[in-house]
Amino acid sequence: MKVLVAVKRVIDYNVKVRVKPDNTGVDLANVKMAMNPFCEIAVEEAVRLKEKGVASEIVVVSIGPKACQEQIRTALALGADRGIHIETDEEVQSLEAAKLLKSVVEKEEPKLVILGKQSIDSDNNQTGQMLAALTGMGQGTFASEVVVDGENVNVTREVDGGLMTVALKLPAVITTDLRLNEPRYASLPNIMKAKKKPLDNMSPADLGVELAPRLSTLKVEAPASRQAGVKVADVAELVDKLKNEAKVI
Amino acid sequence: MSILVIAEHDNSELKQATLNVVAAAKAIGGDIDVLVAGENCGAVGEAAAKADGVSKVLVADNAVYGHFLGENLGELVAEVGNSYSHILAAAGTVGKDFMPRVAALLDVAQVSDIMRVESEDTFVRPIYAGNAIATVKSTDSIKVITVRPTAFDPVAEEGGSATVEALDIVKDAGLSQFVSEELAKSDRPDLASAGIVVSGGRGMQNGENFKMLEQVADLLGAAVGASRAAVDAGFVPNDMQVGQTGKIVAPQLYIAVGISGAIQHLAGMSDSKVIAAINKDEEAPIFQVADYGLVADLFEAVPQLEEELKKVL
Ligand SMILES: Cc1cc2nc3c(=O)[nH]c(=O)nc-3n(C[C@H](O)[C@H](O)[C@H](O)COP(=O)(O)OP(=O)(O)OC[C@H]3O[C@@H](n4cnc5c(N)ncnc54)[C@H](O)[C@@H]3O)c2cc1C
Repeated sequence: MKVLVAVKRVIDYNVKVRVKPDNTGVDLANVKMAMNPFCEIAVEEAVRLKEKGVASEIVVVSIGPKACQEQIRTALALGADRGIHIETDEEVQSLEAAKLLKSVVEKEEPKLVILGKQSIDSDNNQTGQMLAALTGMGQGTFASEVVVDGENVNVTREVDGGLMTVALKLPAVITTDLRLNEPRYASLPNIMKAKKKPLDNMSPADLGVELAPRLSTLKVEAPASRQAGVKVADVAELVDKLKNEAKVI
Repeated sequence: MSILVIAEHDNSELKQATLNVVAAAKAIGGDIDVLVAGENCGAVGEAAAKADGVSKVLVADNAVYGHFLGENLGELVAEVGNSYSHILAAAGTVGKDFMPRVAALLDVAQVSDIMRVESEDTFVRPIYAGNAIATVKSTDSIKVITVRPTAFDPVAEEGGSATVEALDIVKDAGLSQFVSEELAKSDRPDLASAGIVVSGGRGMQNGENFKMLEQVADLLGAAVGASRAAVDAGFVPNDMQVGQTGKIVAPQLYIAVGISGAIQHLAGMSDSKVIAAINKDEEAPIFQVADYGLVADLFEAVPQLEEELKKVL
């Protein structure tokens, strides 16, 4: 069974994000970039499926500027077999990403597509679901367990009330949540080997998709900052402040 | 303008988040209809009809909607929503699941997790775990929007008198089936809408120790939350995670115990009115956002807190 994994290059989650003084966006110049953490979990899950003999081939795809190839190489070092880079310097919004991935799905015909549930930059939580709708597939979003069983996949999902398990017909789309697995690190020999794995490059036009963003960002601002308050000496003072000063208990 | 709000419910009760979303719809302005899709959900339809500001309630009552499967809801909402200018749902796990499907089926963008309405086509939303706030304008003819419930004061539960109409539209995409669910049972208030939240982090050391927090929570009528580290370590279930990728809360009082205050955690609670923190590390970043900080070992401070609260409550 072929598995397609989509990965996104984003700001490293440890970086303190700063809004640009002209309010046009956040400052990404000389900032450490990395694979979106939820995408790492997606790659790991695919690799585990391959180790179990469920997946036969893992294709990893990323959309974005040339530098995305770093994240594709990382996925290849973690165990993916080949990469597809859809290269563009334009901003790609979720619906367009889903359309691009749809044409990759049509070409590659994977049985399973695994994506992160959200990227930690735009925090949209949309692409996997949009891809599923456009390709007419079922979706197991916010997955914390994935069990492939013949022509079905059972996905346990993290939902507001707890956990919910659904059975999906294959092919299907899965989006990862934090508890699905703990991603491994790439070993040095595997990083070397990854450099030789195939990586196809194409443009949105090659896939017949025209980028036409529907949302425009008018401005980006820093959030209202909270003032640090006071330190209290002991529990009695804390309770007194909560009751008599803040009046919240 | 005409707005379709998709109700959030459990087939028997309307969730408060729906009232917050109706408030967001009011901020956009125009006629507001509510769609209740579920199974044996008549009572929810009745409740939605009483909400302030609602003109009409549409009830799609069928087994195919009973577990809110995104594939079926997506098709239903795309069909019903097609004649509206805006489609709104709460940014909970149900809305996050089916709404992007609706947007894709209608070939429009989705605006996720809005926290303010600037105008009928311009909305404010957090990005980068709330470290930046973006104002975005949509050029689509239908705006598909998920709403951060804590950012809008709910409309009144009573006072409205909308008409209720049954919808005979059955969409079974045939792609997914419900298998089972494990829902947390708790007599405490719902985490996402509780007035007070007491949360524990890795510092709690194990699940057993969360009992200390539960006792404090019960005295305060509070919900209990957790950091990702506490959930990952298996101390407590996933539905208790507060943060960028968990639940967003904005209670009157948030008490963080043994939580360092990583940005991903702050993203879920920094809109709380008052924040209190108990941490043994005086350098912990949580103190930079806490109104009241207590540098102490939680294993001493939490039992004391329980005793002090018993005295004053
Ligand atoms: C993609 C992504 C998404 C994430 N999403 C979330 C999210 O939604 N929510 C979330 O919470 N995190 C999230 N995180 C994780 C986040 O980065 C932090 O790792 C996490 O919040 C840390 O949890 P913690 O504060 O409990 O643990 P730690 O950072 O380990 O802090 C434990 C604290 O407990 C204190 N402590 C220890 N013992 C005691 C004691 N006896 N008495 C008093 N204090 C004590 C310590 O001083 C320390 O400050 C996410 C991370 C990533 C990469």
